Amino acid sequence: MIDVDPSLVNWSRAQFAFTAMYHWIFVPLTLGLSFLCAFYETIYLKTGNEEWKKITRFWMTLFGINFAIGVATGIILEFEFGTNWSNYSWMVGDIFGAPLAIEGIFAFFMEASFFAVMFFGWNRVSKGFHCFSTWMVAIGSNLSAVWILVANGWMQNPVGMAFNADTARFEMENFAEVVFNPVAVSKFTHTSSSGFVMASAFVLTVSCWYLIKGRHIQMAKKSIVVASVFGLVASIFVAFTGDEAAYEVAQKQPMKLAAMEGLYTGERGAGLVAMGIVNSAKNPGDVQDAFLFEVKIPAVLSLLANREMGSFVPGIDDLVFGNQEENIMGVNTMMDMGKLALTDLYAFKEAKKNRNEPAAAAALGRFKVNEKYMGYGYLDTPEEAVPPVSTVFYSFHLMAILGSMFPVIFGAFLFFTLKGTVTEQRWLLPVGLFTGLLGLLAQQAGWVTAEVGRQPWAIQGLMPVKVATTNLSVTAVQITFAMFAVVFTLLLIAEISIMLKQIAIGPEGH
Amino acid sequence: MIEIPAKVFSFYRDGFTQMTVGKTLWKIIFIKLLIMFAVLKLFFFPNYLKTNFETDKQRGDYVLEQLIRPVTNTN
Repeated sequence: MIDVDPSLVNWSRAQFAFTAMYHWIFVPLTLGLSFLCAFYETIYLKTGNEEWKKITRFWMTLFGINFAIGVATGIILEFEFGTNWSNYSWMVGDIFGAPLAIEGIFAFFMEASFFAVMFFGWNRVSKGFHCFSTWMVAIGSNLSAVWILVANGWMQNPVGMAFNADTARFEMENFAEVVFNPVAVSKFTHTSSSGFVMASAFVLTVSCWYLIKGRHIQMAKKSIVVASVFGLVASIFVAFTGDEAAYEVAQKQPMKLAAMEGLYTGERGAGLVAMGIVNSAKNPGDVQDAFLFEVKIPAVLSLLANREMGSFVPGIDDLVFGNQEENIMGVNTMMDMGKLALTDLYAFKEAKKNRNEPAAAAALGRFKVNEKYMGYGYLDTPEEAVPPVSTVFYSFHLMAILGSMFPVIFGAFLFFTLKGTVTEQRWLLPVGLFTGLLGLLAQQAGWVTAEVGRQPWAIQGLMPVKVATTNLSVTAVQITFAMFAVVFTLLLIAEISIMLKQIAIGPEGH
Repeated sequence: MIEIPAKVFSFYRDGFTQMTVGKTLWKIIFIKLLIMFAVLKLFFFPNYLKTNFETDKQRGDYVLEQLIRPVTNTN
């Protein structure tokens, strides 16, 4: 039993979630808009047509506004690590230190050099070097996202490390294993490509507003063509990377997959729920139906989870209570092993304190046997290992439904723009107007699925959030939460008003 | 040799002086960083382990204590 105020954990989580979600409004736009600027400028370089230069500079200005408002919002997350999540922060310092330092150094050099050329270098450097700098900013922005996603991937699937009981830290043993962690790779490809979709959707939104208003029509049409091609290719790629991400979840975090699908009883040839209403009164192990209403596609979940239609996909009940037939260990058993691990860790610490090295070595040896179940030793009940099913199910399905709409939207815009009749499609322009918002919703829903879906873990299987958190007063966390809400809301209002003002001015002013 | 640093300097100087939207953005960045580092970090987000313990050994011991709390609470 661990004596942590649940409201402290919840407020600390809420604060982190709020900060991360705010930060993630700007990041995907930066990832995608930087490439779109590079595409527009490359066309300018190839054609020498001044209209493309004007287009490039317009989108570059919006990119700059987004970057300026978003920059450093991620630093707050690092503050929170040290204050609200000090146990966790200490334990992962050795793993996260290298990737985050690389990100910091990389971002600094890229931003100080190529970023300056991109904004200050028009007419000061050659056209070719300016275009090269824009490409470098795009590639650099995306590469700097690698490292934070490597860190996130490690939390979902901790590999390439060993726990040092002397220092209470996870220490990196294999850098390549951490960087090429399959969860991190699928996370990076899925996240960056979804950022491309989001930015393309943003370009559609702004361009459609111009078309509806009858302003800057040529610029809007040209912008739409490039954004539609980029968005179409990226949204198809997102479907593949999403499939890979789901496969990794099925292999490494089966409880998350079960929650994403509201699957309580595992089955062979499991169907994929296309849509449904979750029965929120349902609890693990009871006989109630999981859904009040559902539409299932037979056998597809088994195919996605294991690449085999007849394969077994475990449900929440199988994972919580175990399933001998399918050789699945229940949470109860893992809790017993986790408690043994903690008892041996305690024995190790006591032996060290008493300078009894043989006893310490023996305790450490026993601890290593059950080390990978350590986190389960902190759970009070097996059901605690289940994430909030409704939240995970709805966020996952919202992301998937929106994700499947984007190729259709981009395809339609590309078709009608190339045909020269996009301005006549009065039904399509309002759709385009809201595409950016839908992109943002899909982004946020995706992160809610990933992060709420892995609860109760801060580090999968090793450390639940209630152990990761610092024992602060709830009031202190509530106060800082309120401060963030005020500061971030003001910043968001500032960004939106500057962005809207610049859009209203149009491509003539930058 | 002196020409290159002078050119870099004038490149940045001209860039900053000729900014239009950028001037407002820099003001926002400056205010934001001031709030973050001079207010939030200083008064509301101290690093818990760095503030309360002097050495890494003490920090490690404290975290280990936290990790074995379920056992010490029952003993």
